[in-house]
Amino acid sequence: MRDLRDRIVNSILFVPTLFSGVLLIVMVLTLIQKSGQILSTRPLADLLFSSSWQPFAGNFGFLPFIMGTIWVTALAMLAAVPISLLSAIYLSEYAHARVRDIIQPVIDLLAGIPSVVYGLFGILLVVPLIKYSVAPLFGITSSGYCVLAGGLVLAIMVFPILISISYEVFRTVPLEMREASLGLGATRWETVKHVVLKKAFPGVIAAVILGFSRAFGETMAVLMVVGNVARVPTSVFDPAYPIPALIANNYGEMMSIPLYDSALMFAALLLLLVVIVFNIAARYVLVKVMAVA
Amino acid sequence: MMDRRAVEEQLFRGLMYLSLAIVLGSLFLVFAIVVFKGAAALNIAMVTQVPHGGYYLGKEGGILNAIVGSIYLAVGAIILATGISIPTAWYLQNLSQRSQYAAGIRMMLDIAAGIPSLIYGAFVFLIMVMVQARASLLWGIITVGIFITPLLTRAIDEVMQTVPSKLKEASYSLGATRLETIYHVVTRQALPGLITAILVAFGRGIGDAASVLFTAGYTDSIPASLNDPVATLPLAIFFQLGTPFPQVQERAYASGIILLVIVLIICIGSRYLAKKYVRYSIK
Repeated sequence: MRDLRDRIVNSILFVPTLFSGVLLIVMVLTLIQKSGQILSTRPLADLLFSSSWQPFAGNFGFLPFIMGTIWVTALAMLAAVPISLLSAIYLSEYAHARVRDIIQPVIDLLAGIPSVVYGLFGILLVVPLIKYSVAPLFGITSSGYCVLAGGLVLAIMVFPILISISYEVFRTVPLEMREASLGLGATRWETVKHVVLKKAFPGVIAAVILGFSRAFGETMAVLMVVGNVARVPTSVFDPAYPIPALIANNYGEMMSIPLYDSALMFAALLLLLVVIVFNIAARYVLVKVMAVA
Repeated sequence: MMDRRAVEEQLFRGLMYLSLAIVLGSLFLVFAIVVFKGAAALNIAMVTQVPHGGYYLGKEGGILNAIVGSIYLAVGAIILATGISIPTAWYLQNLSQRSQYAAGIRMMLDIAAGIPSLIYGAFVFLIMVMVQARASLLWGIITVGIFITPLLTRAIDEVMQTVPSKLKEASYSLGATRLETIYHVVTRQALPGLITAILVAFGRGIGDAASVLFTAGYTDSIPASLNDPVATLPLAIFFQLGTPFPQVQERAYASGIILLVIVLIICIGSRYLAKKYVRYSIK
């Protein structure tokens, strides 16, 4: 009797599980279906590699947006990866448990701050700083709303995910391996460099990929500070127009111009596919790394 | 005379301190600059009144509509998400730890959790166009709900996985079935972590703007039904910033303080509640 009840309940529980699993597939299929319209009238290469963006004239070249996304994301990662890894190494290899207990909630809080607030921070501090201090230093005039501003704000936003995942990864390195290295007379940093980092390398790469894909899709904060000019940036002081900002800014009017909605959904599909591929790769590595521990 | 190895040790230790200082310092700066710039415009009317005529030109009013709207939206979304997440986590618990099938579902959820909220917004918007629905509180709840569901499910699932197998075995040995054990033992034991997970997801929901940009609409009044459009705090900040008037922009900074306070309350609240309920767990 109870066995039967268990079986019935289990099949009821299966329904919401199915929902979560199917949702992802439905999303991909819906976006593919919506992008079909533009993909059937324009060669894929034109869409991806043309920099002519004139929706009214029917020109949909995504290159400025793709490059904008890459510039901002790459810059953010360049700044965030070393800082986050060093912080995570400190927390896992050097810090006392008490220090960790204080810092952990702070990092959680950093992760919990809404994107719009980071955007505010960017407008209030980063943008003026670049406009009045950093750009003149290089003899350049910049409005401050540029790739550099977007990259810096984004870097702060990916600190938490990078730190917490690489911290988890470092913790999976067995204590004995560290002891063996220290016992041979290696310094702590040498142990980190030759043992911990080497052993944790795949996991660290996975953390970086996850951070990258988080940064890739971040919308509001970047949109607020990056300038939103549809031109391929040539320096970090140029404005950029990343894909998420493009979608968010043009949603409202997309129904009134032919093919525009399909073009934006194609942009969303691009974003989604990159994020999915990155996530699958990173999760695959992480599952392996964590299973060993 | 220090040798090269000791110098390297000191150098990297210094770099670590510097890195951590940058991370902690940036959090401090975010709070400091928003509070510093917003404090002047913050007054009681901001949180007790809805925008009056000409509010966006610098006239009287507040953003009560957005505060209440955000809370309605996030509460609705968290109810929806919890309703899906807890059964899913139970289902996953009921599968074997080594099950490939469970690993597959977890992988799916992890990927779904990594998808930008904007994409969820775009997806729901397409569905709204299909069924010819207008932006409303209900659609906002659906969007935020499905976007926090994978995050919440995985968080709950992780918490339930940390319940010691000895406890479960004790329950089995008393004749309880797997589901009875999951329901009475695992869930109860995981309660503090569950509360934290739900509050973290709530925070994500209340702070997200990209997903509701096109699904929840925007209005200066407090929604009276699920079919009314609803204003949210992040979007209120965004729109106020978009006006050319410095007084209104200052109110955006002040709204930022309000949003930060809400996030802080959620953060501290979840820690407090988790600590409180830990007493009822078996160590």
